[in-house]
Amino acid sequence: MKSLRATTGRTSFASRFARWRGSSAVTVAGLIALALAPWFLSDFHVGLLSKFLVFAIVAVSLDLIWGYAGILSIGHGVFFGLGAYAFGMYLKMEAAGTRLPDFMAWSGLVELPWFWRPFGDPAVAIIFVFLAPMAVGAGLSFLAFRSGIQGVYFAIVTQALALILSIFLIGQQPYFGGTNGLTNFSTAFGFSLQNPDVQFGLYYVALAGLTLAYAVCAVITSSRFGLLLVALRDNPGRVRSFGYNPVAINVIVFTISAGLAGLAGAIFAPIVGIVSPAMIGVVPSIEMVIWVAVGGRGTLIGAVLGAILVNGAKSSLSESFPLIWQFILGALFIGSVLLFPSGVVGTARRLMARWRPPHPSESAPRAPVAIQLSSEKEPVP
Amino acid sequence: MIGTDPHPSPLPAGEGTIGTALHSGPFPTGEGAADRNVLDLSKVCVQFDGLAVLDELDFSMKRGELRFLIGPNGAGKTTMLDVITGRTRPTSGKVTYNGIVDTARHREHELVKLGIGRKFQTPTVFHSLTVYENFEVAAAYKQTLPMLFADLPARTRERIEKVLDTVGLSGRRNDQAGILPHGELQWLEIGLLLAQDPKLLLLDEPVAGMTRPERDKTGQILRSIAGSHSILVVEHDMAFVREFATTVTVLHLGKVLSEGSVQEVQNDPRVIEVYLGHRHEREGEHASG
Amino acid sequence: MDTYIVQAFNALSLSSILLLIAIGLVFSFGLMNVINMAHGEFIMVGAYVTFLVQRLFVIAFPDLQGLYLFVALAVAFVVTAALGFLLERLLIRHLYGRPLDTLLATWGVGLVLQQTARTIFGAPNVDVTAPAWLNGGFELAANVLLPYKRVFIIVLVTLCIVGIYVYVTRSAPGRRMRAVMQNRDMASCLGLSTARVDATTFALGSGLAGIAGCAVTLLGSVGPALGTYYIVDAFMVVVLGGVGQIAGTVLAALVIGGFNTMFELGSTASIGKVLVFLLIIGFLQWKPNGLMALRGRAS
Repeated sequence: MKSLRATTGRTSFASRFARWRGSSAVTVAGLIALALAPWFLSDFHVGLLSKFLVFAIVAVSLDLIWGYAGILSIGHGVFFGLGAYAFGMYLKMEAAGTRLPDFMAWSGLVELPWFWRPFGDPAVAIIFVFLAPMAVGAGLSFLAFRSGIQGVYFAIVTQALALILSIFLIGQQPYFGGTNGLTNFSTAFGFSLQNPDVQFGLYYVALAGLTLAYAVCAVITSSRFGLLLVALRDNPGRVRSFGYNPVAINVIVFTISAGLAGLAGAIFAPIVGIVSPAMIGVVPSIEMVIWVAVGGRGTLIGAVLGAILVNGAKSSLSESFPLIWQFILGALFIGSVLLFPSGVVGTARRLMARWRPPHPSESAPRAPVAIQLSSEKEPVP
Repeated sequence: MIGTDPHPSPLPAGEGTIGTALHSGPFPTGEGAADRNVLDLSKVCVQFDGLAVLDELDFSMKRGELRFLIGPNGAGKTTMLDVITGRTRPTSGKVTYNGIVDTARHREHELVKLGIGRKFQTPTVFHSLTVYENFEVAAAYKQTLPMLFADLPARTRERIEKVLDTVGLSGRRNDQAGILPHGELQWLEIGLLLAQDPKLLLLDEPVAGMTRPERDKTGQILRSIAGSHSILVVEHDMAFVREFATTVTVLHLGKVLSEGSVQEVQNDPRVIEVYLGHRHEREGEHASG
Repeated sequence: MDTYIVQAFNALSLSSILLLIAIGLVFSFGLMNVINMAHGEFIMVGAYVTFLVQRLFVIAFPDLQGLYLFVALAVAFVVTAALGFLLERLLIRHLYGRPLDTLLATWGVGLVLQQTARTIFGAPNVDVTAPAWLNGGFELAANVLLPYKRVFIIVLVTLCIVGIYVYVTRSAPGRRMRAVMQNRDMASCLGLSTARVDATTFALGSGLAGIAGCAVTLLGSVGPALGTYYIVDAFMVVVLGGVGQIAGTVLAALVIGGFNTMFELGSTASIGKVLVFLLIIGFLQWKPNGLMALRGRAS
């Protein structure tokens, strides 16, 4: 007893790392499978899987704030969209060359607007891919959390933002292409986007983006800052009375999440060849949440799995049965919350735990998912 | 930022050692005379929707004092703690901490960093985290953001170990806090406070729901850390107060009704009238908050 | 000048619809800390019920067509209230204490309702013919025509609000509702069936969405996504108004309805939406509890 106490207590970080390493076997196996996948798939399916990987980045970014810190954003399309538009503007400039981008000419503009000019430089565009969503994310979360807008209130404010940004972009036909958005990209950094080999390469860009996002979130959630996020989900008032500023923690984690979503948007633009307000609005934004819910919130691997599963199902079902897909989506929202709140990964883990009695040395399984149910919002004392 | 401390305290977290009796270092003398009050409330008023909860309350406490605060329900005890910790802003009046800090100028979490720690009436810990993780969060409260990504300093870890032993939760370290029974939750909350090593401890009903041996142990811990810490205890359990209190303040209708030793307070006719008078009839009963 | 009067009047009618929608949301939020994302679809259901009732009158009672609206109001209220009751009983109750999960689950219900409507009525919009006696309007001055339809909506909403006020402040169920809103545990201790109060209140709030759905058929055509046009603005009314106060909700609805109409006047509607959003967030920096809110020990 005494020795056990000494070993488990002294290095909490090491034990956390060990826990992380346990799940990292699965992570590495998954990564290898994803890295090899394109060699066995058709071009069409590689393109599809590239999109799913991009969605998985968004899912991971959402999981960081929702699964861990308990902040639900149903407007993450905003940050995804800002990243996509920032990079799309560069792609558009490159496609237009020395001429005015086509939609501007159609709308009667004769000169390139001043705020487009810097986007001719890919470096500037890449800076804005992160800067724009992070600035909006930081501003929104700071103003909201400091004035006590949290929980459901915060969720509906993010939804309003998603609605407003999409309306704004639709209304700005001459400057952002309106409903059609930015289309007709030709090259990225000189590589033709029509070339299948380039699309093949973009798959690995998406995979690298996902790996980066996953690593960032894994480092955060396994640190003491990650403990603070869970503490914040349990009881924000108590975090404050322990001497932390909950607003600052919220803003930091939300800003990171927004930046990762922006990264996803930027990778998405050259893959699908179009950036439009339809990716940003209320409906696509809340669908991003269901990826996390289905996979299993509070586990990063669950978010990745959920994004791939739901979108895989969507692309195979929504074409053949468009009517039924909407019902399935509705059922997913209800069912994943009501019947399987810990998602695929959480449910699988529970089943596995039932079959395999826990080893004494790992008697403290970390189960943020199971706890989520009861601890979503406890009254502040 | 999370961890930046606008007013660096001379006593960083983890520096105070918990010896066998949880003695932290003496109060830093650099800040002024040792006999300065740790807490001064001057004409503090708090009103909720026109109802005066604290009514021109004057109160002060010396450094190192162990003070008990009693009073019938609705006397304003919890509100008084809320005002001291910056959770509630007084309608008028001034609260001075450590002789120099005007608490109205600081937000709640900043006051914690300055050394005001509080245990709530109902234990509130982080249910999804393990006992040890709760301690990690509590003990890291002065860390900057980058520090939160590194290992806890050895000194802080030792401190956590000592507190864990003191409150008897060493064997529970890897259990989820949410599954602890009420008594252990009380200990956890007291332990988290000790891990932060505040200069001024505010304890709201620390022995509620505890068995007699647990209660005595709490009293002994309080005694042992008094002197190096200033402690204000709100308590309903009169047996506990009698046993461990030296100075008692009686609050009634948002004002100090009486102050002195247990003896003096008990013999004060005004106190007997409004408070002990009722209690004599149900002596020994534990009133609940 | 004349256009301003007409616009102000339009703003007032938009505000009243938003108010009717938001009141239902405020009820469920204040009582159960729950935001019902399917509330917008209840508006849509109310609108389709009106469509059906009107068709029924065309076929069955062609002589009484002028009266279909009153029947439709009653049926829409009953149908959506029943839907709300079922939703509370079958779903929301099981998610008690998990407001974010409730939000997602009710969004799923909304999707199902939308798709059901699409399956039954088809994706294209349908039109409800307004009663003949609502065509035309008051001619205030030469160019100032106040349409009867909008007058009807404003009067209808005013009656509803008065009814709600009386219900909440004077009736026994209203008293029970306030008791549960203020202190659920205490109310439960005193023997109130909080479950019944929750279900009743939720049904009432949903019924109001049905009435709103009936009202909006006077302004435009009906489609499966009808609710989504109003619901986000209604949420903003809830955020701005502060919870638990009818007065705050009324004021917030007037402000948001007013601003939206004002910005639609010019060609800057899309920028106007952004401005309204920024104004709301900015206002909450100044008054975090919304336009009207109780101050208390826990605040």
